[in-house]
Amino acid sequence: MAALTKPKNLQDVAAPGRDGVGASPLRPDGILKVKGDFAYSSDLWHEDMLWGMALRSPHARARILSVDVSAALAQPGVYAVLTHEDIPGSKFYGLEIRDQPVLAIDEVRFHGEPIVIVAADHPETARRAIAKIVVEYDVLPSIGPVEALDPERYGYVHAPADYKAHAFGNIVHSQHIHHGDGDSAEVRALADVIVRGEYEVGMQDQAFLGPESGLAVPAEDGGIDLYIATQWLHVDRQQMCPVLGLPPEKVRLTLAGVGGAFGGREDISMQVHACLLAQHTGKPVKIVYNREESFFGHVHRHPATMVFEHGATRDGRLVFVKAEIVLDGGAYASTSPAVVGNAASLGIGPYVIPHAAVDATAVYTNNPPCGAMRGFGAVQMCFGYETQMDRLAAELGLDPVELRRMNAMEQGSVLPTGQVVDAPAPVAELLRRVKEMPLPEVENWRTADGPDVRELPGGLSNTTHGEGVVRGIGYAVGIKNVGFSEGFDDYSTARVRLEVIGGAPVALVHTAMAEVGQGGITVHAQIVRTELGVDQVTMAPADTRVGSAGSTSASRQTYMTGGAVKQAAEAVRAVVLARGRDRYGWAPAFAAGLRLAGGKALTAAGEVVADLVDLLGDEPVDETTEFRHRPTEAFDKVTGQGFGHVQYTFCAHRAVVDVDVELGLVKVIELAAAQDVGKAINPLAVVGQIHGGSTQGLGLAVMEEIIVRDGKVRNPSFTDYLIPTILDTPPMPVDVLELADAHAPYGLRGAGEAPTLSSTPAIVAAIRAATGLPLNRVPVRPEHLTGT
Amino acid sequence: MRETLGLTGPKKGCDLGQCGACTVLVDGRRITSCLTFALMHGGREVTTIEGLGGDPEGDLHPVQQAFVDHDAFQCGFCTPGQIMSAVALLAEGHAGDDDEIREWMSGNLCRCAAYPNIVAAITAAAGR
Repeated sequence: MAALTKPKNLQDVAAPGRDGVGASPLRPDGILKVKGDFAYSSDLWHEDMLWGMALRSPHARARILSVDVSAALAQPGVYAVLTHEDIPGSKFYGLEIRDQPVLAIDEVRFHGEPIVIVAADHPETARRAIAKIVVEYDVLPSIGPVEALDPERYGYVHAPADYKAHAFGNIVHSQHIHHGDGDSAEVRALADVIVRGEYEVGMQDQAFLGPESGLAVPAEDGGIDLYIATQWLHVDRQQMCPVLGLPPEKVRLTLAGVGGAFGGREDISMQVHACLLAQHTGKPVKIVYNREESFFGHVHRHPATMVFEHGATRDGRLVFVKAEIVLDGGAYASTSPAVVGNAASLGIGPYVIPHAAVDATAVYTNNPPCGAMRGFGAVQMCFGYETQMDRLAAELGLDPVELRRMNAMEQGSVLPTGQVVDAPAPVAELLRRVKEMPLPEVENWRTADGPDVRELPGGLSNTTHGEGVVRGIGYAVGIKNVGFSEGFDDYSTARVRLEVIGGAPVALVHTAMAEVGQGGITVHAQIVRTELGVDQVTMAPADTRVGSAGSTSASRQTYMTGGAVKQAAEAVRAVVLARGRDRYGWAPAFAAGLRLAGGKALTAAGEVVADLVDLLGDEPVDETTEFRHRPTEAFDKVTGQGFGHVQYTFCAHRAVVDVDVELGLVKVIELAAAQDVGKAINPLAVVGQIHGGSTQGLGLAVMEEIIVRDGKVRNPSFTDYLIPTILDTPPMPVDVLELADAHAPYGLRGAGEAPTLSSTPAIVAAIRAATGLPLNRVPVRPEHLTGT
Repeated sequence: MRETLGLTGPKKGCDLGQCGACTVLVDGRRITSCLTFALMHGGREVTTIEGLGGDPEGDLHPVQQAFVDHDAFQCGFCTPGQIMSAVALLAEGHAGDDDEIREWMSGNLCRCAAYPNIVAAITAAAGR
């Protein structure tokens, strides 16, 4: 060891890692949120601001014959009325395929498609101006998912040679997976039992409570500053710049408070409309959707029709799976191609099956556009394959959990894409854990004073005192990928600055990560505390002055932006420790072996060798780095083979329900989950994510569906689109497993989506157990249980 | 309230009284403020989340503190409404057990589904 100049004033270090990785510190934005002081995008205000609003199509499919905006323009208080003709740049945008008009051009393709935008001095002025716009339509029969597959007869959603999306007719994207010998006659002959089922999943909505909103402010340099609730600032900008005819440096985005997202903010909604109006009027423009417009203003979860065949030997070994999936992509592509990739590659579930043939296709229709929602293509499939597993177990006379455990994948298993799972995959263990949790009390509604109706299906509606009430228990497990897949260059950027302020070391973290409630900023502070040994960590607002963080989706932010923050903090630490070489004559190898904790530099043995404040001196350390996960590759177009996903995540559920079989009312009594998260960076937040995902899966199981008839949305309100209330949400015991993935920062595994998958099939399995009904469609409604 | 007085704590979540994000107290009674006009409440005391702790710079109200301590929110958009509802629920004496809390909080939606932690926070604030 080199001669060491002992620095001054050293004392024992405090307990290291306080509120670091693995602790559950409270949210840094929590106080603001409970005081009502946290500024959501709908709370923004600017003197002189105008209010923007859109005229939307009342038809699912129609030619636009004429648009007359003269009366709207003539109304006092109206500053701008814009159609597609007023767009300075490209008239299209889109996440993967630029097929969506910013404003409808000569045809509308879905109910709610924006046609004209208005800016006025008051929302009511804007609303009246919208009412004065006259649009003549030639209404056409809408194309649904069945008609879409026969364009010769029913036509094209995007006519061939029209716009950008015509190459494959009404097919947005298809993916075939051929594994082993597929479902050849020889393979089928190996199966003693073949179970076939057809399943449907309805259209679910993200239903975040904070509606789409933002404020666009024109800048002196001819650019625009947009304050916005979104999931991905940089990709919003990427789509907006060509439309606005502005270079990226003139379109600056800052994240405003986000009232939930769940995938619904992955596509842009009002962003470009507000900017166009601000550009046109030279004034700040605010747009806030109301709830009805929110239902029209963002993409939904793809409805799915699925046909599965599972073949197995008499003793319960899966031989083959054949699956044919059609996803209703709606009028524009959004993220349909990636949803198809997930549905195909994750379509057989977390099982080892020697032969598989999976076909997944998304079609263009005149239904509302569908795209990202928590679980992204894996949710629909999980309902299908898990129902099949239950039916197969019944056919074979096996316990459904035992059948799953016999066929469960594990580390080293080969997926149907040919990818070897090179991290823990504790599928059987998760099932064992949920199964062994204590069961809730039977007939818990019985009390000494008679039935407690609150504990019964129907609750205080007092519909039963126990008669007709049957208990059921169901299980399910699912598999979800983490991060962006199929060769996408998935990266995140983080900047970490460390300096002495007021005599103490203070770290600043700057990323473009969208905090949507998941707790990302909490985790970033924890990571910096652990890596740099400081207590005080502040967060710069998320904006486009720093590089892209990628989207807050795909369960990826703790892995990706967490990974970027870790990497940037490590870079800062290296610079700080290098200063000790100059200051104290540390040998490079000695400096490299030090760590930072409790505001000190320590040897591996825990000997304090310097104060962080002294090492830093007057000069801040400021490092920005990009973090990437291992590269993935596209699935082969013909065989679907390829290292497509960087990480997998697993959750298992056990649902216990009471069903009033006479009235078709379901009460979920308990929803238990077991999930592997690799490493719980913040255990409290992990449990919150599992509760949230499980509950959204409950919603899909028994209540949530956007009803679409002939392309028309029938229930765009919280009166008619029901989401779980606190009364619908049962106790949810959670068992968190931490089996490290050596490829990921701290060994962590993305956590947000997996619980959304298996919750739905577990609940429906429990209802089947109580009723004996097949229930091949979700959501399950009372009439499905009563046959009325 | 939100636009003229700048009190943006109460949120517009649905505009139709379905979500509860706009809950305020009128003379101590909770209402969904999106369904009412200010002029209908002349002479009455309206309390929004901003007025809950009394002094805006002072300590948190015990229910606010309980929501922070129990991580009873994620995105936080519904939180002002949840807290106003919870304050009224406690005053009404409806925190007897978890079932009673759920029943009397069922007008406030939380899409992040922080419901288990909301029940825990209210239980703690009730001193149970």
